Amino acid sequence: MKKKLFRNPGQWMLMVALTFFFVVIMILPLGSLFSKAFLNSTGDFVGLANYAKYFTTPALSVSVGNTIDISLWTAVLSTILGFAFAYALRRSRLRCKTFLKYMALLPIFMPTVVHGLALVYLFGNQGLVTGLGWDIGLYGRTGIILSEIVYTFPQAFLMFDIALGFADGRLYEAADSMGCGPAKGFFRITLPEVKYTLISSLFVCFTLAFTDFGAPKVLGGSFNVLATDIYKQVAGQFNMNMGAVIGTLLLIPAVLNFAVDRITSKKTDGTVSARAIPLRIKKSRGRDAALGVVCWFIVGFFGLMVAVLVMGAFVKYYPYDMGFTLQNFVFNQSTGGFASFLNSLSMSFFSALFGTVFVFVYAYLIEKGRGMGPLKKAGRVLSALPIALPGMVIGLAFIFFFNAKNNPLNFVYGTIGILVLANMLHFYAVPFVTASGALRKLDGEYENVSESMKVPWYKTFFKVSVPLSLPAILEMFMFYFVNSMVTVSAVVFLYSANFKVASIAITHMEESGDFAQAAAMSLLILAVNVGVRAVYELAVRRLKKPKRKEAKESEL
Amino acid sequence: MKRRLLTLVLTGMMTLGALFLASCASGAAVPAESSAQEPAGKASAASEAPAQAEPGDNGPDAASGEITVYTALEDEQVTAYLEEFNKTYPDIKVNVVRESTGIITAKLLAEKDNPQADVVWGTAASSMMVLDDQGMLEPYAPQGVDRILPQFKSDKETPTWVGIDAWETAIVVNTEEAAKLGLPEITSYEDLLKPEFKGHIVMSNPNSSGTGFLTVSAILQLNGKDTPEQGWDFLSKLDENVSQYVHSGSKPAKMAAAGETAVGISFGYAGLSQKAKGAPVEVIFPSEGSGWDLEANALMKKDGIKDASKTFLDWAISDDAMNLYKENYPIITTGGDGTYEGYDGDPLDQLIDNDFSWAASNREEILNTWMEKFDAKSEPAS
Repeated sequence: MKKKLFRNPGQWMLMVALTFFFVVIMILPLGSLFSKAFLNSTGDFVGLANYAKYFTTPALSVSVGNTIDISLWTAVLSTILGFAFAYALRRSRLRCKTFLKYMALLPIFMPTVVHGLALVYLFGNQGLVTGLGWDIGLYGRTGIILSEIVYTFPQAFLMFDIALGFADGRLYEAADSMGCGPAKGFFRITLPEVKYTLISSLFVCFTLAFTDFGAPKVLGGSFNVLATDIYKQVAGQFNMNMGAVIGTLLLIPAVLNFAVDRITSKKTDGTVSARAIPLRIKKSRGRDAALGVVCWFIVGFFGLMVAVLVMGAFVKYYPYDMGFTLQNFVFNQSTGGFASFLNSLSMSFFSALFGTVFVFVYAYLIEKGRGMGPLKKAGRVLSALPIALPGMVIGLAFIFFFNAKNNPLNFVYGTIGILVLANMLHFYAVPFVTASGALRKLDGEYENVSESMKVPWYKTFFKVSVPLSLPAILEMFMFYFVNSMVTVSAVVFLYSANFKVASIAITHMEESGDFAQAAAMSLLILAVNVGVRAVYELAVRRLKKPKRKEAKESEL
Repeated sequence: MKRRLLTLVLTGMMTLGALFLASCASGAAVPAESSAQEPAGKASAASEAPAQAEPGDNGPDAASGEITVYTALEDEQVTAYLEEFNKTYPDIKVNVVRESTGIITAKLLAEKDNPQADVVWGTAASSMMVLDDQGMLEPYAPQGVDRILPQFKSDKETPTWVGIDAWETAIVVNTEEAAKLGLPEITSYEDLLKPEFKGHIVMSNPNSSGTGFLTVSAILQLNGKDTPEQGWDFLSKLDENVSQYVHSGSKPAKMAAAGETAVGISFGYAGLSQKAKGAPVEVIFPSEGSGWDLEANALMKKDGIKDASKTFLDWAISDDAMNLYKENYPIITTGGDGTYEGYDGDPLDQLIDNDFSWAASNREEILNTWMEKFDAKSEPAS
């Protein structure tokens, strides 16, 4: 037992250090917040009294059911739409696929509060669509679900896009020659191929909707969910204890996540053998037409959202004074003005840099480390948690922990450092899935061979694992960067007077009714994110070219 | 089995180790740390030159240095006010954190053990009372505090907080939408109960918005503090007409301005500023009187209170400052001269005789009753 544990002391020490780091930035802050769930307002220990009060107050506990309700709808609908969209791009002969793909990603380049704004412009009581006589009753449950779908759809789509990208044409040809129709092929080959992605997608969408605050705040009306309840308790009644109680309830999906991870961790979709041949997509008018309608409907919808934003940014006073103006791009000094935009850039860059390095190395040690079974399990437990942490919980927990006078880490409080740490934690989940997915696809023989040849593990890591996972690494970097650009909920408690960020500025503008300025700032963020994405695509394309050559060579 | 045990032990050890790290530092070295935290030396060079002859009793660093101010004032106001402040005190650098009342108060409370702010500026008096209850405010009487009317500052001997202006309940009506819907004219709270308004009123949720609370509190007070059932009866009737309760005080005004609702129950400035931007809204102050709250200033209790903080607080109730506040919030705490744009007559008369201590001591009960009666209607009218 002991021998196995210390099979590789270097790895072991690194693993211990990273686990320790994770505990410091997550478990300890959460502990300092959640311990308040068992105290009363004067700080005395009251056991489970707060929970008892919560569950005997119907006005509060109704939120648990509401939150599960909207999250389930979001998970199911986003997953279906994400699958359909990815299927259309990967398995049909639709035109303009590249265009469709980028349009589908638009929502992740904007803060969620902006989705809400755009939906108000479209479906609100004065909305363009409502004006045409179709009132969907935006405020409340419908609005939240709609906005959460917009928010989670790109995630679902990206997951299926990767999963459906791997296909072995031989399977379909064999099915064809045995007389299977396309429907049977779909249910017997395609769906089983992506079943784990299906589970992950349902789960990711569920959790994102479960913890999101932006959509319910803008569109929720009187429909209470857990995330708005925390806000009411903390920022309305200043009741940190009840806020902490609700915070712990929001961790429910984390438990689920761990269960899902247990199921999927050993298995992946689409392990494609070296002898696979690319899939030839057959002609099918009916299929293409049906998928085309779905895709263009979604894309049209997103396009409309951006169009509304552009209009909002350049119009004097929607809908009553439609004159053109550039005035909205002159930002107030107190929101940090243009400097906040630059701050956002640097914060997002560092979050992406450190976040990607941390997540990738940690995922590598968990997936490919030698021995260290217990530490790996601890790593999996820790990794399952962040997805269920709402930003507000992270923000408050960080204040309680890092601002404590006796904390030796106190010096990061009020600096860009704490924002970077918060973002690293807040957006940990998706990059971790990306990283471990990519690493699992790499053949375990690399490590076995290098170990038996006594090549140090870090050489294999830098010479084999990193280069082969480079697209995934860039994808992780992108994810961190884009999300750090648009995040509000955690950062709102942590930014300091000297370091303001653009997404906060947008929230302020939205709050004070400056829709136009908010739209203008959102356009800037959108432009940067799209720019970064473009650079990323170019980089990947350049990476792929030589790699294809290598792949061919290795086939020979 | 053994492995699982080891997992547990290892995770536990790591947590303990980190806890130990955090707690062992707590035992010692506290005083040294706190004083070293802000390099006070930074300011001293400038202050050796004789301080400008301004309110001189604040100490040697009164006219220079760097302070952190938390505020809930509107962004555009903060910008304008600070510009003016720095004309008088060019050597004081003011770093501002601006958030909505709820967030800024929550942040202040969360930072209680190690306050980052030096000064709280323009933040609700109801929040100040919470901070004061927690012992977080340092009593300080800024220069000229005598000019502030007694009902507008804390009742302590040396005030812990001082009001600068008041904001009050107002009904914001989108005239175009109201005409389209054929809604009757509104002059009072009572008018809002008419059946024509069903589904056309948006109000802020008192559990998440200070404006919501002051309105609810005012309606209860107007119906008699000793007969709460009358007030609740009124609110129940109002509830039948309300389409949604939102989580911000200015949002009902904003939604009315954008035509998202015909009527929003909000506060004066929120409606008037939308009107100034070109929105087709009328701002109505109910004839029964408006509920109100103050924007107030306070000094944070912490180690090493800076002289410049006091200078800022002195300036923040000076006539210069009051004249600026008045442009946005006509009701300033030194009293006014009677006439204001957008208001008929003296806005001070519009305010109800607000019993702050009654509101504060009954706050939790009011909020809980309200929540049970109206917040549980989880399914909105759609």
